[in-house]
Amino acid sequence: MTIELLIGAIKAIVIVLLVLGLTTLMLWFERKGAALIQDRIGANRADILGIGKRFGLPNFGIINTVLADPIKMFTKEDFVPDGADRFLHGLAPFLALFPVLVTFAVAPMGDILRVGSHTIDLQPANLNVAALYVLATIGIGVYGIALGGWASNNRWALLGGIRASAQMISYEIAMSLAIVAVVVCYGTLDLQAMCRSQGGVWFGFLPKWGILLQPVSFLILLVAGMAESKRVPFDLPEGESELVAGYFTEYSGGKQAVFMMTDFAEVLLVSVLIVTFFFGGWQVPWLARDGFHFPGGAHLGLPNLVVALLQFIAFWVKVVLFCLFQILIRWTLPRFRYDQLMRLGWKGLVPLGLINLVVTAFVVVVAGGK
Amino acid sequence: MTPISYYMALSAILFAIGVTGVLIRRNVIVMFLSIELMLNAVNLALVALGRRIGSMDGQVIVFFVMTVAAAEAAVGLAIIIAMFRNRETVNADELNLLRW
Amino acid sequence: MPVGIFAFLAVLAVITGLGVILQRNPVHCVLALALVLTDLGVIFMGLGAVTVGFLQIIVYVGAIMVLFLFVIWLLNIQVDPGAGGHLGLKLLGAVAAAAMAGEFAEVIEHTPKISQIATVPADFGSVAELARYLFTDYLVAFEVTSVLLLAAVVGAIALARRVSPSLVLVAPVAARGATSPPEPDVPVARRESA
Repeated sequence: MTIELLIGAIKAIVIVLLVLGLTTLMLWFERKGAALIQDRIGANRADILGIGKRFGLPNFGIINTVLADPIKMFTKEDFVPDGADRFLHGLAPFLALFPVLVTFAVAPMGDILRVGSHTIDLQPANLNVAALYVLATIGIGVYGIALGGWASNNRWALLGGIRASAQMISYEIAMSLAIVAVVVCYGTLDLQAMCRSQGGVWFGFLPKWGILLQPVSFLILLVAGMAESKRVPFDLPEGESELVAGYFTEYSGGKQAVFMMTDFAEVLLVSVLIVTFFFGGWQVPWLARDGFHFPGGAHLGLPNLVVALLQFIAFWVKVVLFCLFQILIRWTLPRFRYDQLMRLGWKGLVPLGLINLVVTAFVVVVAGGK
Repeated sequence: MTPISYYMALSAILFAIGVTGVLIRRNVIVMFLSIELMLNAVNLALVALGRRIGSMDGQVIVFFVMTVAAAEAAVGLAIIIAMFRNRETVNADELNLLRW
Repeated sequence: MPVGIFAFLAVLAVITGLGVILQRNPVHCVLALALVLTDLGVIFMGLGAVTVGFLQIIVYVGAIMVLFLFVIWLLNIQVDPGAGGHLGLKLLGAVAAAAMAGEFAEVIEHTPKISQIATVPADFGSVAELARYLFTDYLVAFEVTSVLLLAAVVGAIALARRVSPSLVLVAPVAARGATSPPEPDVPVARRESA
């Protein structure tokens, strides 16, 4: 009993550390990536006592992003606006961050790891209704945003908060339809089982990844996921040139840092979902539990530890690639107007998702319930 | 394993709280919230009793109750909005056009 | 589910439920109710109704309570100046609640203590089981519910939309804007026609 508890605790700590670390990495990618796309250099000044200059370190902007900015954020004065609801003003950022972080508990990081006599399933929490859990926690994330806007005693923050929550609940429906189509396709709600059934090959060499089964769902989930996390091109609620900062105008210091972290954590979450549903999760092409099975017939046997490590690395590499993709989209596309955004959600993605669901269900029934 | 009567007691207490809310609050929206609380207390009773006899019927009924409650919340709030546009108030005491 | 966990959840539900009816700010009432509903969702999951528990959180907490919040903000409802009507009403409410609680206590006392719970198969309360019942035994109710939802959506939109100003009002305003006569002219013209 206690050994299971210990293993569970270790898995939870690992994933929390990884998520928080990757969030900071996302921030760095964002700044330097943006600079690269916009043909400028980006942050390259911060340094500690001139030590790094000898190695050309400041040019990477890492000290800036990883050390200077967080220190600045957390040591700024933390004020609550006059007449605002103090309790909710303090609660809102954490109410926004908590559901996003908690969703990572069902992210499957690898297949199994055999340590001595124990077989550890590399998923922090093994729920057999994991897809429902993901939808539930994403639904709760609306509260932090809406309350952040209202509790600021600022009518433009309220407007930003209402817009943001309306956008989020609209695109939640599109997201749910995409996820339901994937669930119908795989016949299970368990994310680990979905990843496992994406092993194997078709025609001898093509990995059985979800994107080949559900390309439309992939597009819907990508667009809806970016709209959920209020990234450009869907970031009108944040409106960085229009509404000051939208729903987190009246936040400074640590609380604003938490809101920013929510943004990047949601980018990570959308990437994790896309990789799990459509790109095989932790599946490395042609890698089974006992080693590589190449299409030509060659077989490379590998110990369980190496296989687990390869799968773990493959998962996070794929996730980071999708995060970079979302950052690329952010700095390339202009912003949607609010009515265009709502029209895309309700009149575009929802009918598309429904049609996709009907066609998927039809194909699954005709193909014999596979 | 908790006895089912504990769940029934919790359901009864929540229902009583809901009834009190409808009776003592004058804000129409808070009255509506108390009604939702009553509905959920009944949902709890249904699920608990369904579990006690090992039947899924309790949960199916709860599914339908949830759906109907969602529809009712939407229509009820639309009525409140329409009332507010006419009378500029959500205090139930001031919505008295039909009183004798 | 172990008694300790249930005791914690039950106490939380009752305290937050009291918060729903006693708080003055309607937004706080909505948040308290959202917490009660999440609590009940967790209790459902503990009772084996996993699907219904998650649906409670997705539908009730994630959608209906947000709808309540939107309506409160749309109507800009301020804090209740005095939380309630006159004293006689509050007294009647307290008496009625006490009577109801007493009745419930009587009923619970006189029924046999049901502590033996039926054993259930492993997939009790799973999505597949619930779906099986919905699509076989309760199919008619399911279809009727979908029509009900459609009727509710149409009804809510019809009740809550703003009626656009009619064309009669628009024309004179446009005419006045186009020719922009000075103010004294208009009463004179009206008097002549009258």
